[in-house]
Amino acid sequence: MAIWVTTARKSGATMAARCLTRRNMVNGGGSCSAFPKSHHSLNALAGKKEKENSSSLLGFWRFKSTKASAAAAVDQLYSSDEDVTNNHQGLDFPGGHVSYTRSLNFISNSSTQNRVPCYRVLDDNGVLIPAAGGGSNSGDFQFHHHQQPLISQQTALKMYREMVRLQVMDTIFYEAQRQGRLSFYLTSTGEEAISVAAAAALTPDDVVMPQYREPGVLLWRGFTLREFADQCFGNKDDYGKGRQMPIHYGSNKLNYFTVSSPLATQIPQAAGVAYALKMEKKDACVVTFFGDGSSSEGDFHAGLNFAAVTESPVVFVCRNNGWAISTNVSEQFRSDGIVVKGQAYGIDSIRVDGNDALAVYNSIRAAREIAVKQGKPVLVEFLTYRVGHHSTSDDSTKYRPVDEIEYWKVTRNPVNRFRKWVEGNGWWNEGEESELRSATRKQLLQAIQAAERTEKPVLEEMFNDVYDETPSNLREQHVQLRETIKRHPGDYPSDVPV
Amino acid sequence: MDRDNRVCVMGEDVGHYGGSYKVTRGLADKFGDLRVLDTPIAENAFTGMGIGAAMTGLRPIVEGMNMGFLLLAFNQISNNCGMLHYTSGGQFTIPIVIRGPGGVGRQLGAEHSQRLESYFQSIPGIQMVACSTPYNAKGLMKAAIRSENPVILFEHVLLYNLKERIPDEEYICNLEEAEMVRPGEHITILTYSRMRYHVMQAAKTLVNKGYDPEVIDIRSLKPFDLHTIGNSVKKTHRVLIVEECMRTGGIGASLTAAINENFIDYLDAPIVCLSSQDVPTPYAGTLEEFTIVQPAQIVTAVEQLCQ
Repeated sequence: MAIWVTTARKSGATMAARCLTRRNMVNGGGSCSAFPKSHHSLNALAGKKEKENSSSLLGFWRFKSTKASAAAAVDQLYSSDEDVTNNHQGLDFPGGHVSYTRSLNFISNSSTQNRVPCYRVLDDNGVLIPAAGGGSNSGDFQFHHHQQPLISQQTALKMYREMVRLQVMDTIFYEAQRQGRLSFYLTSTGEEAISVAAAAALTPDDVVMPQYREPGVLLWRGFTLREFADQCFGNKDDYGKGRQMPIHYGSNKLNYFTVSSPLATQIPQAAGVAYALKMEKKDACVVTFFGDGSSSEGDFHAGLNFAAVTESPVVFVCRNNGWAISTNVSEQFRSDGIVVKGQAYGIDSIRVDGNDALAVYNSIRAAREIAVKQGKPVLVEFLTYRVGHHSTSDDSTKYRPVDEIEYWKVTRNPVNRFRKWVEGNGWWNEGEESELRSATRKQLLQAIQAAERTEKPVLEEMFNDVYDETPSNLREQHVQLRETIKRHPGDYPSDVPV
Repeated sequence: MDRDNRVCVMGEDVGHYGGSYKVTRGLADKFGDLRVLDTPIAENAFTGMGIGAAMTGLRPIVEGMNMGFLLLAFNQISNNCGMLHYTSGGQFTIPIVIRGPGGVGRQLGAEHSQRLESYFQSIPGIQMVACSTPYNAKGLMKAAIRSENPVILFEHVLLYNLKERIPDEEYICNLEEAEMVRPGEHITILTYSRMRYHVMQAAKTLVNKGYDPEVIDIRSLKPFDLHTIGNSVKKTHRVLIVEECMRTGGIGASLTAAINENFIDYLDAPIVCLSSQDVPTPYAGTLEEFTIVQPAQIVTAVEQLCQ
């Protein structure tokens, strides 16, 4: 009895809850007999008593009856299975009201059974899937009216074109790395639909914070092939001024924040950007991308939690492509993917077929609307497959079967699938396809040649932008380095202008 | 926050609670819950959040409840805060201020007695300043907020109760300047934060013994104000550094190297650096006192240097 009394300073609700301990029941803790009928009054009493000191509280409860007859109230305290939802028999705890249950059941792990279903619009042959119950597509408005592919021919064609250009760009740059012309590259093969279609569903004011496998967003927003090449070659036209490794693109005019190598660091930053947008009352949201592996990082959990608590307009997009370098998802987490994690943080979440361009487009449109209009975060999990190697430093055939890769490359190819739908509508044909591919290839080769020939940034750029103005110690270091290079030119690269 | 509505504060318990050391008291009432944001407990997350907000045009001030907790934010501070202005080619700036109480307090235990300035000093792209008086605290804070660079402002747990008459009007202290506390002729004593007070106490004793120490509060931990320090060394030819960092890899170690490199010709004796010992700070009050530099040690060191 004394146990709960000593902690009587806590909320009256807690005290009432503690009343239910078996010990008190067995002793017929008299005060608790009042509980089922009028637990509100008990709380009110306790609440009032809260402000007085604990000794008077002690006094209040101590002299209540301890007769066994009071224990008859026990049955009324435990609801039967049928009236679990009877709020009258719920409990108040910090965090709100909960109903309680007599049965000891653990919520079971849903990673193998009862998995969250995945939204898709086109089947594997690029044909619109009919609505549930047959009939036309306009029928199933289960979640949101944006489920209907309300996409114009113009948008669809632009999406398709950029997906093709992304494919060609990846192929050529990858080959360039293999030929020794680029030091590093990372493809989006198999995930073209995600970055392009998601970008298509956003406005230019929406801020994008990428991981590194989303150059499709830049392509959609107008980054030129030459600009991509400049960054990869680190020449003086690179917006990053040659300081970062290839594929670490960034463009503040296109609202695409510079790629930073450590995983998941952009997730809490996205909550911050959304906070800024909210403070400035802008009609825009933040969209941040990350992979299945990044969902294990601490920053992921903290970032989602923060966005939920601060009610920020962020759309969290997870590209669950099954692999984090050589780590398969079964070794990454035991949950049902990432969609259930959003739920855990109180965030509306959806799982989508990431290889279905229309599904990607629709879901991001809908997610953006929720984020902007309701001012709260949303999580979208795209299921997809990483067809390419993690990067040019990886050979994925070492840890996964070649025929698995082939299957996804050919049979489940997102670009081919969308092509079938676009051609099925009469908007595209083989002639335009080969023309686009060869034109893009040509432009890329030209861009690479031009970027390769362009001068590197001057040595001084190595010391600029560390701070807003270059401090004296860095100016000194620059001068010293320049002098060392002048004395021993043979020991230093000749293509960096001193 | 009155002057510029882009300035906002984020951290644990900074809102209604007013902050663990009451630095932000009253701000939430005046500016609202959004501008003075109470965050969940995830230092990496709210530091990251501050960085994202800064990149988008706000001027956030991130508070670490105790500086030591910012070790959890090291990834964000080093890899992003310090680097993104550089790696983005200057496209994105991060005008963030990261501040909090640190240093050895009174029996706070090892984990709450960290001196992060030694861990952070290598990170390129950030500036570090340490305040020590109400006057320079106000001035440095304002300068830090106005700076376009990320600034880490080190406050000390034991200095919050200091009282001083300071001007009501706006003023800033230069982020890169050291403060001349007591001009002198015999020896240059370089110090910062709480150790300034131990040095001034020792100075009283030294003056009684006939010495004339020049005491400089270096304030700017990154970069060092080698101009002021250099002028002092050229005058006195003897240097004593008194810091609260640990012996290994502390601010004193870097400062010793910097002075040796630049002013070796002006030194009549090797630089002496008094630091805390390389041990986790014990909880027991007496042991805690032994780990940090005490005025008596400072007096002895000066006497030895000036022989």
